[in-house]
Amino acid sequence: MNISELSPISRPPVAPLRKPGALERLTAIGAALAVTTGLFLYAGGWFTPRKLTPAAIINTFESVNGVHPGFRRNHAKGICVTGYFESKGQGQSLSKALIFLPGRVPMVGRFALAGGQPYASDTPQNVRSLAILFKLPDGEEWRTAMINLPVFTVNTPQAFNDFLVASAPNPATGKNGPTAVGAFLAKHPETAAALQVIRSHPFSSGFADSPYYALNAFRFLNANGESTPVRWWVAPDQTFQTATSTDKNFLFDALIAQVRAKPLHWRLILTVGQPGDPTADATLPWPPDRKQIEAGILTIDSIESEDISPTRDINFDPLVLPDGIEPSDDPLLSARSAAYSQSFTRREGERKEPSAVSTQEVGK
Amino acid sequence: MSTTKNPAQFALLSRMLHWLMAALLVAMLFIGVAMVSSLGDYHRLLIIHRPLGILILILAAIRLVTRMLTRLPPFPPSMPQSERLVAKLSERLLYALFFALPLVGWAMLSAGHYPIVMFGAVHLPPILPAKPGLYATLRETHTVLAYLLFMTFLAHAGAVLFHTLVLRDGLLNRMVPWRVRSVEGESQS
Repeated sequence: MNISELSPISRPPVAPLRKPGALERLTAIGAALAVTTGLFLYAGGWFTPRKLTPAAIINTFESVNGVHPGFRRNHAKGICVTGYFESKGQGQSLSKALIFLPGRVPMVGRFALAGGQPYASDTPQNVRSLAILFKLPDGEEWRTAMINLPVFTVNTPQAFNDFLVASAPNPATGKNGPTAVGAFLAKHPETAAALQVIRSHPFSSGFADSPYYALNAFRFLNANGESTPVRWWVAPDQTFQTATSTDKNFLFDALIAQVRAKPLHWRLILTVGQPGDPTADATLPWPPDRKQIEAGILTIDSIESEDISPTRDINFDPLVLPDGIEPSDDPLLSARSAAYSQSFTRREGERKEPSAVSTQEVGK
Repeated sequence: MSTTKNPAQFALLSRMLHWLMAALLVAMLFIGVAMVSSLGDYHRLLIIHRPLGILILILAAIRLVTRMLTRLPPFPPSMPQSERLVAKLSERLLYALFFALPLVGWAMLSAGHYPIVMFGAVHLPPILPAKPGLYATLRETHTVLAYLLFMTFLAHAGAVLFHTLVLRDGLLNRMVPWRVRSVEGESQS
């Protein structure tokens, strides 16, 4: 060891860079900084450009639907509602979340059509969604985004992205490519099986008479610390209604008229999973005999256009959960949370265009 | 320059906070950059990111107060004035970022109408009203500040390593967690 290191006072007056080993030490410092930078960039995905990221999923939406500034990249066409949830207390055995105590909590929500086209015409077979934000008394929130399919079509983020690409209309013909979908289904038997289940549940006529399913499994934690796999859905109290018209907003216009006529109700049903029920695969239904607990009644009594509702600027991230509800091992949950966040960040920075649906179009 | 009364090192609490925060901040930068580019790990990283950010904010406040109430060790006498100025400014920038990053993160979630969940049912109140354009601006600011912090960290670590390993002026002794009685700067003055 160099004596100058041990006794700095007796160090001979040598220019620092001329000292023995200085160049090596300088190189080592440079290497350490370079490695740290490399690891940082690697963690940020800079060296894995083909990895599926939140931005890549939202880019796929934009390439399939085009970019519609200010709108959600999926479920772009929608309308906002408010109401409340009245718990009957039955959910308490499964979850300590405050929402399951008997009583009423306010909620805001949004009905929408799946897909990234904000000005698409309503069609009877378009997948419909209901997203809800429950405001718990202590300031916690529970957000859930549900659709009217009993199971989801895919079980991984990559499959979701690939199915989106395969189902996209051919830019030349404007028609869906059955070849691409066929090739996808051949590779994804779970999607083919899910589509069978979906076909066995015909769509209702509108938003109000439709059930909505959360699809992904979650884990409910009760006051005793017991964890139970749960899937939830909302069952409509409204009976089958015939469509009021067939113009481009007929689904939304019917909903506006119905909410104005009288409050709409759904029952929140908790489906209790058994050990061995799949929690990491949203394409698989649980056996039909699973216990169903009615946790309470959802009432929707007011409706307004996205143009004036603050709910337009809420991200219905399915992982905004209260204490007592936790994500399961379903890989779609984290991916949905990440992708919704990416879509939210993009649209919140863009100029807002008017919504296709206005409550004024339905005469009072 | 009178260095006889000055301590050889930062106060023990400052030194402890320095190394603790260094570890937390580097972890936080990696968590943040990995989180926003990941689908599968996004949520598990996010639930660490939020409370860790608030912890860093609290530690930064304690550290700033400690720094203001305690005597600071001098720079090595061999360090030129211009370099001292750069060191002081970069230190101010680091302190500013320690506060700005968590506060911008908190403000961003507030503006984005998100609940600011810490753990369990514990959450913080919003510090701004929900406002869409503001959310987007703050979200972008959070990223820019994080990259700035990473680069400032690199510059800081590189400069201290250069002093310690190449100039060998004992600069790092001022901040090492163990006790160092005398630094080169004092013994030469």
